[in-house]
Amino acid sequence: MPLLTDDQKMLQETAESFLAEEGGPAKQLRHWRDTGCTDGYGTDLWKQFGELGLTGICIPEDQGGLGLGAVEAALVLEEIGRNLTSSPFLTTAVVGARAIEGTAHAERWYPGILSGDAVLALAVDESSRHAPEKTAMTAERRGNGFVLNGAKQFVVHGNSADAVLTVARTAGSPGETQGLTLFAVPKGIANVESVTLADSSKAARLRFDNAELDADAVVGEVDGGWAPLSRALGAGRAGVAAELVGVAAGATAMTVDYLKQRKQFGKLIGEFQALQHRAAHLYGEIEIARAAALKAAELMDSGDDKADLMVAVAKAKAAAVSKLAVQEGVQMHGGIGMTDEHDIGLYMKREAVLGELFGDVYFHRNRVAELSGY
Amino acid sequence: MTDLDTFRSETRAWLETNCPPEMREPVQSEKDMCWGGRNWTFQSDAQRVWLERMVERGWTVPHWPRDYGGAGLSPAEAKVLKEEMARIGARSPLSSFGISMLGPALLKFGSDEQKKRFLPEIARGEIRWCQGYSEPGAGSDLAGLQTKAEAVSGEEGGDHWLVNGQKVWTSYADKADWIFCLVRTSSESKHSGISFLLFDMTTPGVSTKPILLISGNSPFCETFFDDVRVPKDQVVGEVNRGWDVAKYLLGHEREMIAGMGLGATDGTLGSILRPDDPFLRAEVAAFDVDALAFAAMSERFFEMFKAGEAHPASPSMMKYAGTELNKRRHELVMAAGGSDALEWDSERSSEGKAARDWLRTKANSIEGGTSEIQLNIVAKHILGLPGA
Ligand SMILES: Cc1cc2nc3c(=O)[nH]c(=O)nc-3n(C[C@H](O)[C@H](O)[C@H](O)COP(=O)(O)OP(=O)(O)OC[C@H]3O[C@@H](n4cnc5c(N)ncnc54)[C@H](O)[C@@H]3O)c2cc1C
Ligand SMILES: Cc1cc2nc3c(=O)[nH]c(=O)nc-3n(C[C@H](O)[C@H](O)[C@H](O)COP(=O)(O)OP(=O)(O)OC[C@H]3O[C@@H](n4cnc5c(N)ncnc54)[C@H](O)[C@@H]3O)c2cc1C
Repeated sequence: MPLLTDDQKMLQETAESFLAEEGGPAKQLRHWRDTGCTDGYGTDLWKQFGELGLTGICIPEDQGGLGLGAVEAALVLEEIGRNLTSSPFLTTAVVGARAIEGTAHAERWYPGILSGDAVLALAVDESSRHAPEKTAMTAERRGNGFVLNGAKQFVVHGNSADAVLTVARTAGSPGETQGLTLFAVPKGIANVESVTLADSSKAARLRFDNAELDADAVVGEVDGGWAPLSRALGAGRAGVAAELVGVAAGATAMTVDYLKQRKQFGKLIGEFQALQHRAAHLYGEIEIARAAALKAAELMDSGDDKADLMVAVAKAKAAAVSKLAVQEGVQMHGGIGMTDEHDIGLYMKREAVLGELFGDVYFHRNRVAELSGY
Repeated sequence: MTDLDTFRSETRAWLETNCPPEMREPVQSEKDMCWGGRNWTFQSDAQRVWLERMVERGWTVPHWPRDYGGAGLSPAEAKVLKEEMARIGARSPLSSFGISMLGPALLKFGSDEQKKRFLPEIARGEIRWCQGYSEPGAGSDLAGLQTKAEAVSGEEGGDHWLVNGQKVWTSYADKADWIFCLVRTSSESKHSGISFLLFDMTTPGVSTKPILLISGNSPFCETFFDDVRVPKDQVVGEVNRGWDVAKYLLGHEREMIAGMGLGATDGTLGSILRPDDPFLRAEVAAFDVDALAFAAMSERFFEMFKAGEAHPASPSMMKYAGTELNKRRHELVMAAGGSDALEWDSERSSEGKAARDWLRTKANSIEGGTSEIQLNIVAKHILGLPGA
């Protein structure tokens, strides 16, 4: 991974100060949680993302975006993770924008994404565990359109999204990557059950009972959904890895701060070697995870063959490191870390959700094995 | 047939007729546990009946002397009772800090009068106790506590202690009837100026304020003492020597918390989760290896303890290992549950039970003395460092 360019550094600084100021845990996450907001995030903040141009990172310049890539998205997502910002940036500006890239839906949705008005979601999982190729939901041709039957869960922001990118089977059988089609399902088609996740974010369970869709809902080619889906999932997984690095870094910064304040036995607890070594170990692990996340993003941007492997490495490593960081964070805070009032517990909850999103560590270790041919 | 065999068959028969079927269902949530005390409302008739019947036989504290509400069972008999209860999945009739923590300390350090007064109440679940050890500035450094008890004599109402200060993380202080509490009675020395005091939570000047946990529940409190008058004779052990009582009680608390490592059910975690993902399966199997080995060690330590051969560091070592295991168990339950387990509030999440239970276990390695403190204690003993 080469060093960041001046432009990338500038973007990083913009995201850093914007999110620390506007997106901080108490200001956003707690606020929307405690006011029982049904979207789970503030629409004003999402608009601000738009005004700063951040929503256009993955959108080509000729379509009004910044024409940047996964590395830039990762820089923003790390700051989102650090601040536990509640925002549809990942599902919409990264995953959604990538999924519809080069299709007719780009023209339909890009303007709304750019202005921070539209929100997209991705519906893949049909059981409690991530397994895209096992998609069983069906989309049968009828007349000029399709009839959808099946169910999806863990659809992040699926309760408020303007369109849910939904993968369904137009041919083949579960386990095959061929015969899948991606649809942009507008609001009101599916039966939506809103779900609050452990980190106070919102997801949805969707049910399709003979739901009718026009043919122009297809994203890309009929039976060719695996391509846009893989593109979206790759961007999503790399993105979550970066966000997890931010969660780890944010939790650890808070912990290190506490080690320098809390006194027991007449000493700052940071003076105990038992804690020093663990803080030092964590610091190193976070650097390793960050390097993996950036490497994965860079390989994706350059279209390298090894990108998929590195994305799996990044997601598995970042999830493990982030889990370690939040656990150490709560533990080193002692009793106060167990209270709802303190922010460190919010990091633990966010890690749990992001760790699961688009495949948990076991899924990605398995992928590393498969992609390495063993 | 040996006496023990007879005891077993009688016990089995008695449990069979007297343990209500509802009390053989696995505990689903804290609500299913019976805490007793003045403010307790039974969740069901079965819960009440089960407690009453067990109390009558002295089986809430089977190994305590009969005079104090126990059944005077030998360790071997107590073990048989435990096994027979486990065999039918019988719930514990009473969850009580009195039984697991205060009782043993009173048996060892209490005056005759204190034993007669408090132990039978504990055995019958009439008084619910809370533990007032920690303070804002005294967590791991427990002996750094500042809550003061001054001896006041004469004037209106005779001799008493006047208690002022604040406790924190007091579990269930808002539901408890009495508190066992560490107070400073002398500032001359850190450890030998502490006394162990018992008093009623309804005494004027006692107030509590709940603290919400990350699991969304609020079982513990900040507890404030403002000119609380406590009768003189409610100190356990000698004045200024309460640290010995405190440490003895902590040993019992730690063994109790260590027991979490054993899990709530018989059988391996794998046999419950049945993970088909080979990577997760390997992790669960590795857990089961550690859990079964830990169970073997617990049994062995228990025997050694009874024979007076236990290593002084064993409660700390068990607490550390047991709580780390319990945290790992819940991580694996979450992993196997996938995104379902992350649902905090949804139609099918049973109020986010999986996630809330998982978050609650994160305190296991903090409450009752953190893992770091346990490891420091073990290290002191094995290295023969001062203070061991
Ligand atoms: C294969 C090999 C090749 C080597 N080659 C060279 C060489 O070419 N030239 C050369 O000059 N030396 C060489 N060394 C020596 C090497 O640098 C020392 O072994 C090393 O610095 C440790 O010193 P020590 O062996 O005296 O262990 P000690 O310093 O006695 O340490 C013993 C243990 O205590 C721990 N410890 C010590 N201080 C602390 C502390 N403050 N906090 C926590 N833990 C602590 C250590 O980590 C270690 O685990 C070599 C050693 C090995 C094993
Ligand atoms: C759910 C829960 C229930 C509880 N119930 C009760 C109760 O009923 N009654 C009661 O009195 N208390 C209770 N406690 C309090 C508990 O005993 C304390 O939280 C615990 O002793 C740690 O103290 P602390 O929170 O002040 O952490 P601190 O002592 O501030 O510790 C912060 C961190 O520093 C580490 N640390 C501190 N000293 C050292 C050292 N010397 N070496 C290495 N590391 C060190 C700790 O291990 C921890 O990781 C409860 C706590 C919890 C979380």
